[in-house]
Amino acid sequence: MKFVSRLNLVWLCAAMIIAGPVAAQNAVEQGLTIAKERKARDSGWNNSVASMTMTLRNSQGQEATREMRVSSLEMQQDGDKALTVFDSPRDVAGTAFLSFSHAMEADEQWIYLPAVKRVKRIASRNKSGPFMSSEFAFEDMTSFEVEKFTYNFLREDKYEGEKVFVMEQMPQDEFSGYSKQIVWIDQAHYRVRKVEFFDRKGDALKTLEFEDYQSHEIDGKQFWRPYRSFMYNQQTGKSTELKTNSLEFEQGLDESDFDKNSLRRAR
Amino acid sequence: MTKPQLVSAAVMLTAAFSAAAEIEIGGSASAEGRYFLQDALYPGQPRSQVSVAIEPEFYTEWNDGDDSLLVRPFARYDQRDDERTHMDLREFQWLHVADNWETRVGVGKVFWGQTESLHLVDIINQTDMVEQVDGEEKLGQPMVNFTTYGDWGTVSAFVLPYFRERTFAGPEGRLRPPTPIYGDRAQYESGAQQQHLDYALRYQNSLGDWELGVSFFDGTTREPELTTDFDEAGQSYILPYYAQVKQYGVDLLKVQGAWLLKFEGIYRSGQSEDFTAAVAGFERTTVGVMGTNHDLGFLMEYQFDERDNNFFATGQNDLMMGVRWTFNDIDGTEVLAGYIQDLDESGTYSGFIEASSRMTDNWRWKLDAYFFSADVVDTYLYMRRDDQVQMTLEYFF
Repeated sequence: MKFVSRLNLVWLCAAMIIAGPVAAQNAVEQGLTIAKERKARDSGWNNSVASMTMTLRNSQGQEATREMRVSSLEMQQDGDKALTVFDSPRDVAGTAFLSFSHAMEADEQWIYLPAVKRVKRIASRNKSGPFMSSEFAFEDMTSFEVEKFTYNFLREDKYEGEKVFVMEQMPQDEFSGYSKQIVWIDQAHYRVRKVEFFDRKGDALKTLEFEDYQSHEIDGKQFWRPYRSFMYNQQTGKSTELKTNSLEFEQGLDESDFDKNSLRRAR
Repeated sequence: MTKPQLVSAAVMLTAAFSAAAEIEIGGSASAEGRYFLQDALYPGQPRSQVSVAIEPEFYTEWNDGDDSLLVRPFARYDQRDDERTHMDLREFQWLHVADNWETRVGVGKVFWGQTESLHLVDIINQTDMVEQVDGEEKLGQPMVNFTTYGDWGTVSAFVLPYFRERTFAGPEGRLRPPTPIYGDRAQYESGAQQQHLDYALRYQNSLGDWELGVSFFDGTTREPELTTDFDEAGQSYILPYYAQVKQYGVDLLKVQGAWLLKFEGIYRSGQSEDFTAAVAGFERTTVGVMGTNHDLGFLMEYQFDERDNNFFATGQNDLMMGVRWTFNDIDGTEVLAGYIQDLDESGTYSGFIEASSRMTDNWRWKLDAYFFSADVVDTYLYMRRDDQVQMTLEYFF
């Protein structure tokens, strides 16, 4: 009991140390500071390979699953690179998707269609379109970069019993499908716990919840990844659940594993 | 080695072997019904035809995936057209991958190009013409391919030791001239005929918003010219003539916001006339049309070809307009429709609709329709009554 209260005291002091100077800043600067810390905490994971199951549900209760594998490469000074290969449904098995995410410029994306052996470039402005018929847009699947948004700190709050920062982030890209997002970031690890998306008209569009965070240690640093994300579209009643079946870091991937030649031979 | 060590070594060896010998099996099988909207123009042609096809795929890899073998045979049985009943080895390819190069040896398929309505630059594989009138189906091409890549782009070199003859509908098939084209009586400029050694070279790179491809081909033309001959009974028939050609190609794509600007151009020498041909256009996609999550793309491409009299070169001064409609639904429903107008002859045009959707995770239906019209002597004049609707059920395993 004594130990607990001492721990609480430590937390309180820590919170005061953080919250004290932070409170003095204005909401914009405070939001930016949190975003930078979020990025810094997630910097240095280098590369990973994940196997995932995506479950799509429409408002009539129809359900379908897609199996996919995602290889990711962290880029310093730029957005990340990702190669996604679909294993199901069978008619799209072998279809692969390559994306170079950029902080300030438009993302670059290619899709490989195995039946015709053709690599097709995707128009970058279409980032608000659905990713594989899911409730995730292409832009939701790309990496978080500080420069992609402007920020506005709203408040401190509690989410599922944990202390969180709540802030708005407004996409800088005029072709984003969103006017703003409200994000819940936990204060302990700067992990995003929840995002509310607002469409171009300013109406509530989707809610994304991250669950089952698991920690991975790479070179002595902890990296947190959500093993379940759930996106719900309030306007259509459709939802998409993204579950991570396996996730491995330090797979020895480099840039040559993320070009059009690797896309062509992905399977 | 102690006994437990020996046992574990044996277990590991067995595991390694079974991992190496693991064969992934996939592929598809389909049943298709074709119905022609008008009575046949030529005697012996059917009003409808039913066929079935199978295309299994066998894949195995070893050396941690650096080496792999892909085998993909194909077979179709057609109820009416004996020429459409055919088999092919679409792929039988060993792929070896190293850090900055790869080799592909065996039978394979390669696609070059950017445009949608015509594939001028694409020349490695022969068209399997009896499969689909749009010419998108290809025959497997024997090849030795070496590709190397870096920041500077990708260079790919091909040696093509065997020539594949284009397939043509038989006497009992539609979509042909008044007399069938006898593909197996083909004539060649080269004395080596199908054994002529062809070469090809391609450079490809992505430069920001640009995709650039430059290619060269030296060998037997994939697109024959048609000539007439007489058989023993004095009956005339049409046969393909395959000349030796050199083809230089350029293909470009530029991303311009929601627009994709596309261009392909070729210069080919060696056939009855040397010529240039080009196709240029755009595809503009709007996402989330009218409050839905559908994507709607508009396509327009202008086709130019210097040749006047090639049966297969229909895009001499033509304009293609099309719509690509993607529903983004669970079933993956897509519709592509297009219309190609000859700008010299207002009565010469063609159209197509290609729609498909998933029924379950394994079943997909496809509805394809093609329409042709011509009132002057033209390829489409011979096929003016061959408007067709085709329904396909495809099973993926």
